[in-house]
Amino acid sequence: MTDHDNHDHDHEGSDLSPMELRVRALETVLTAKGYIDPAALDLLIDTYKNKIGPRNGARVVARAWSDPEFRRWLLRDATAAIASLGFGGRQGEHMIAVENTAEVHNLVVCTLCSCYPWSILGLPPTWYKSAPYRSRAVKDPRGVLKDFGVDLPESTGIRVWDSTAEVRYLVIPRRPSGSELLEEAALANLVTRDSMIGTGLPQTPSGAS
Amino acid sequence: MTYQSRADLGGSPDSRAVLPEAEGELFHAPWEPRVLALTLAMGATGLWNIDMSRSARETLENYSELSYYEIWLAGLQKLLLRSGATSADEISSGRMSRPAIDAHVLSLQAVAGVLAAGAPVSRVPGRPARFTVGQAVRTRAVAPPHHTRLPGYARGKQGTIERVHGAHVFADSNAQGQGEQPQWLYTVVFDAADLWSPPPPGGAPTRVSIDAWESYLAPA
Repeated sequence: MTDHDNHDHDHEGSDLSPMELRVRALETVLTAKGYIDPAALDLLIDTYKNKIGPRNGARVVARAWSDPEFRRWLLRDATAAIASLGFGGRQGEHMIAVENTAEVHNLVVCTLCSCYPWSILGLPPTWYKSAPYRSRAVKDPRGVLKDFGVDLPESTGIRVWDSTAEVRYLVIPRRPSGSELLEEAALANLVTRDSMIGTGLPQTPSGAS
Repeated sequence: MTYQSRADLGGSPDSRAVLPEAEGELFHAPWEPRVLALTLAMGATGLWNIDMSRSARETLENYSELSYYEIWLAGLQKLLLRSGATSADEISSGRMSRPAIDAHVLSLQAVAGVLAAGAPVSRVPGRPARFTVGQAVRTRAVAPPHHTRLPGYARGKQGTIERVHGAHVFADSNAQGQGEQPQWLYTVVFDAADLWSPPPPGGAPTRVSIDAWESYLAPA
């Protein structure tokens, strides 16, 4: 959040943006009519800012990298395997995990709206919801990957998953070389959000912080 | 009556670069998280379902001019009006001028449970699946005059059944308030060369899949 940098005001009326005023008016009337509990709104925001995010997914991937049996379970029944780590629920009810290999790189998009596995990746980034990504991912995935600095070998095929129903997809990136001796927690630090969407690759151990 | 989705963007001409974003960067204005939370909380009232929400958003006339959370706000306002939950005057003034209608309120105490439970859409199938893994299928060529989840770029195309997901709530009927009418759902995979002319540039072939309800498909 950078909103405090450029909103150095006293929160009184006229210096709020038109959008801010519009949203406040709506929240006020919905509260007055008894449709919402503002405290529940605060908790929803806190949950997706601080509790449910891509570190959940990174733990799933790190477990798959270090535990062959879990990996097989994840590929066979992702919803159950992910639930065993405590992640599930809203926008993660029907999960499929797809694995990158030397032959195939997976990329996830929702061309029709912004479907995304919230339970393990949190809220989608702005670019995932943007027109350029949704337009180009299914037609020129290699070009999209280049925007992210990812240049795959010509011999690697690309598989694009357009999430057009309520099934949600998690990409299991390839375990980076040099990570053989790392424990699960250190492995999770290598797993970036973008690598679980397919627009990025995991960090390499030397480049990890 | 025609129905036009302005959200069906796959393959539409757009040469703009995709702009990567840091992992923690979720919101870009203070009102955006409020719109997110208002949408989730009002979604829990039971006054509409998620497919109605998607339909309300994708039919906004100025969809392409709006930012993501502006789309959510406009969609929410549309649903509030349509359901009779609020009047236009209440939305613009922020003052209640009509009695509330019956709605389930998402309480603070219920939030964690509601998020953890989610809303699974799998249902007991009423009949066997029509298609099997490996079968060639052709997608419906014509867009229906209502919300649907078959993207334009995948209409009238030949693909292959790759996965059978079970019976899921049918988005098309659910969006129209006609009930869940569950149908078998499949992952259908296409060679990109069958979707696009010319095919995507560079390297080994690209394949693209969608998840398609049974009535979108016919044997090829």
